[in-house]
Amino acid sequence: MNPKLTRRRFIKGVIASGAAATTTTMWYAANGQNRPAGYVERLIRINVNGQVRNVDVAPQETLASTLRYKLGLTGTKLGCNRGECGACTVLVDDIATYSCSVLTHSMKNGRIETVEGLESANGDLHPVQQAFVESLSPQCGYCTPGQVMAAVALLRINPNPTREEAQLGMSGNICRCGSYDSYLDGVMRAAEIG
Amino acid sequence: MAYMHIGKDFVPPDVTGKVTGRIKYAEDYTREGMVYARLLTSPIPHARVIDIDASAALAMEGVFGILTADDVYPDGEPQSTGLKILTNEPTLVGEPILAVAAIDEKTAETAIAAISVTFERLPFVIDPLDSLAEGGPNAYNGGNTFAFREGFIEEKWTTDQVASFRAGNEPTAAAPTELAYGDLDAAFGESAYVYENTFTTAGYPHMSMEPRSAMAYWEDGKLYLHATSQSLTAFADGIAGIIGVAKEDLVFINAATGGGFGQRARAGSVPSAAIPAKLSQKINRPVMMRVTREEEFTIGGARQGFQGWIKLGFRQNGTMAAADLWIVSDNGGKGGGGDAFSATNAISIVYQADAVRLRGVSIGSNTAHRGAQRGPGENQIAAIVSPILDKAADELGIDRLEIRKINTPQNGDEGGVPQRTPFTSAYMPEALEQTAQLFDWAGRQPRRRQRNGSKVTGFGIGQGYHNAGRSGMDGIVMMGPDGRLKIHNGVGNLGTYSYASTSRAAAEALKMPWDSCDIITGRTDLHLPITSPQDGSNSIFTNTRTCWGAAQDMLTKMKEIAASDLGGAPAEYDISNERVHQIANQSVGYTYAQVARRAMELGGKYTGEAELPEDLAEWTQISVSRLAGSGFMGVYHDPAHSGNPPGFTVTACEIELDTETGKFEIIDVVTVAECGTVMHPQGLKNQMVGGVVWGIGLSALERHLYDPQNGLPASTGYWQSKVPTYLDTPARIVSGWVDLPDPENPVGARGIGEPSMGAVSAALNAAISDALGGHIFNATPVTTDMIINHIAGISEDWVPLAQNNFRG
Ligand code: FES
Ligand code: FES
Repeated sequence: MNPKLTRRRFIKGVIASGAAATTTTMWYAANGQNRPAGYVERLIRINVNGQVRNVDVAPQETLASTLRYKLGLTGTKLGCNRGECGACTVLVDDIATYSCSVLTHSMKNGRIETVEGLESANGDLHPVQQAFVESLSPQCGYCTPGQVMAAVALLRINPNPTREEAQLGMSGNICRCGSYDSYLDGVMRAAEIG
Repeated sequence: MAYMHIGKDFVPPDVTGKVTGRIKYAEDYTREGMVYARLLTSPIPHARVIDIDASAALAMEGVFGILTADDVYPDGEPQSTGLKILTNEPTLVGEPILAVAAIDEKTAETAIAAISVTFERLPFVIDPLDSLAEGGPNAYNGGNTFAFREGFIEEKWTTDQVASFRAGNEPTAAAPTELAYGDLDAAFGESAYVYENTFTTAGYPHMSMEPRSAMAYWEDGKLYLHATSQSLTAFADGIAGIIGVAKEDLVFINAATGGGFGQRARAGSVPSAAIPAKLSQKINRPVMMRVTREEEFTIGGARQGFQGWIKLGFRQNGTMAAADLWIVSDNGGKGGGGDAFSATNAISIVYQADAVRLRGVSIGSNTAHRGAQRGPGENQIAAIVSPILDKAADELGIDRLEIRKINTPQNGDEGGVPQRTPFTSAYMPEALEQTAQLFDWAGRQPRRRQRNGSKVTGFGIGQGYHNAGRSGMDGIVMMGPDGRLKIHNGVGNLGTYSYASTSRAAAEALKMPWDSCDIITGRTDLHLPITSPQDGSNSIFTNTRTCWGAAQDMLTKMKEIAASDLGGAPAEYDISNERVHQIANQSVGYTYAQVARRAMELGGKYTGEAELPEDLAEWTQISVSRLAGSGFMGVYHDPAHSGNPPGFTVTACEIELDTETGKFEIIDVVTVAECGTVMHPQGLKNQMVGGVVWGIGLSALERHLYDPQNGLPASTGYWQSKVPTYLDTPARIVSGWVDLPDPENPVGARGIGEPSMGAVSAALNAAISDALGGHIFNATPVTTDMIINHIAGISEDWVPLAQNNFRG
């Protein structure tokens, strides 16, 4: 994944929307109920997990906020809400993206995938999820949805990575429990069974 | 011993929820009519609130109410150390003053902006040594330290005494705390090599991935609380008291917690969970309080930093004769922990020194509050001692692995300060040997300190220790007419999976297939027994004892019922294949489903309605009384164990240190656990690899930075703090374990979470020192700038022994 790319995208989005982006205001911007005077939510359509969803979105609302608090997709986690940790990683057009750091308005043409969209219709786990279970990759699990999405993105680009390539590919996601070795076991296993 | 479950991998029931995102953390819940709380926190490191004018805020549309310290503490705030729910006497930047509930967070925030708070600024201090100096500011109102039964008092040294300590000398002030055993003078007299110097270890935040958000609502007189905690029943037990709700009226819901690392074990370290509970009570609506990363930093706690002096003496044969320490512990803004004691204890235990002394004092600073963090004390000191041990080995002509073997604790030994407690068992020699083999310690030695261009190879080996077991808790198992075993487990779920692996001891005792078992956990209205807080690496030891004990009680009752119904004596019965049957004639017996039905018909002690164990905790009594009569019950109160069940670890690593950049790469790391019988290999491996990552953080990366001019924290995020990432960690970690049973545990198991880190920091600091020709920094972390300055011959001791700033 390329966190810099997604970060840049966010900054561009913020400039375009005219909203101020500082770490102190981002939390409120992200909560999805933010209605500063003069701003109104606009009904937009976004494509999430293959479904087109109509959602009222404030100008400065982040994708993480929309997913969690408007669409109820709480699998996407917020660890920092400021582009540091990767807990909020989702895929936008197959690219791992920090959903806390992109504006929902910039997603109108994007194909968004969250951890909730990975299982097959019959409920089978995605190979990455299956491999993470087999490898007992998660510890506390709070970073896990982000790690899963980062691994899915990586394996779409590079279906058979070396362990070192996997390490680089996953490096936008922090795990405070320090389960990196077990996540890498999981990525390598997913490449095998995927 | 051949086990059905112990030592075997399994899929803990919560893992699927973690990879699918379905498992819920506190902030994932919502409730109809839920409103949102925001905090007004102190912008000043030390102040007194003179006045709060919230009239404009309360008049705003969409604002439902305010909660202040006066609401929370109507009889006045507690005058002791420890986090408060809210305060009018903030002693750190970011301490919560009040909370406002509103229709949404923006409205709450707008209301907060309209509140006028008048503060009286008070003197503040960032570095405890500045507070120790006569005339220096005190972090607390009434002093700079807290004395039991005396309250806040002032501890002061002369300016010369502080200056002399900063200059690298043994402190000359009288120590309020002194713990010792053995004849220090005689032991130093026998020493062929003595090392003496000052040192610092940095405090740094826990930075659990899940911020401590909480949601609460009251319904039918009961409080429903969603919050983060390492522990389940132990936390609920404590937070009930903090909130002021009867234990039987609290439902604490916690399916998973996004990390804890010591700071969420006990309710006293997460009192912020009381804010939405009390606000909800006041305004009669569900209240969600989301906590930001910055807030998590300021109220989330930190490891204690040390400003210390250490003197170690070694005999010619390599034995550690004496260890003498003087430690000023940083208590932060809200009081701290006992890290200095644990550190000294660990030296006594891991190196078996003949004479040990700790002199110490804990001094406040207006920085994040301090408390237990993964191996509090043991792990900081492991990193300080290891390079000194190497220096002694080199001076005495002894191999560095060998000097550790010479001093190793083993079965039959004892350790601790001032009382030396015997180990329940100790297989550190085996762990050292296994590490040496896996790492090929001997084979690598010819490459020691070899240069390759600008890169130098360094090796390090280190040992970790933490006490790893408690007793005195309770266990409950239930069986219904379907014959399934329900294991009620009050251990928390912070990611160790010990709630599940300890439950397997009950399945083992009843020879129950795992798919016939259900773990009952995640919310306290499922009637759970009390457990020890899930800290101090104790859960595996403590709760295999309770789960095993409760299952044994059920087994005894099964045999009684079968014997009474089917003839013979209980001793003539055994179990297999989910049946209790006669040993002589296996066809005579009951299935578990049948015996459970009989138990329910018989009632009384079989269903928890009579003859309960004495000494059940109040919490367990409530749970048992609610379960009584609903099924076949096994219930147990665990008596005290004897001795110290240790968790030991050994780590060896190879690094390549670049003398041009000061950076190093960990080429190989091997880490071995000695924690009795292995319960769950994958879970143990996770603790070991997590310990490697945490050890790297302690040794090389993580620290607090505070602006000394304004007391503002500068390391509130992941990148400033700086938590190790994938790229700071080797792509492969080799882990192993000794796997020999401990006699004080029914399945032989002990814990490992904390020592898994200490051995790594010890090995890594030793390796850095090794690559630099034996230079000892006497500090954690050893950062890139320190390494490059050392190589360039530049002193980076801007302020010697600084704390909460560079180099500390
Ligand atoms: S929550 Fe988005 S990067 Fe941390
Ligand atoms: S599993 Fe806990 S933060 Fe990664």
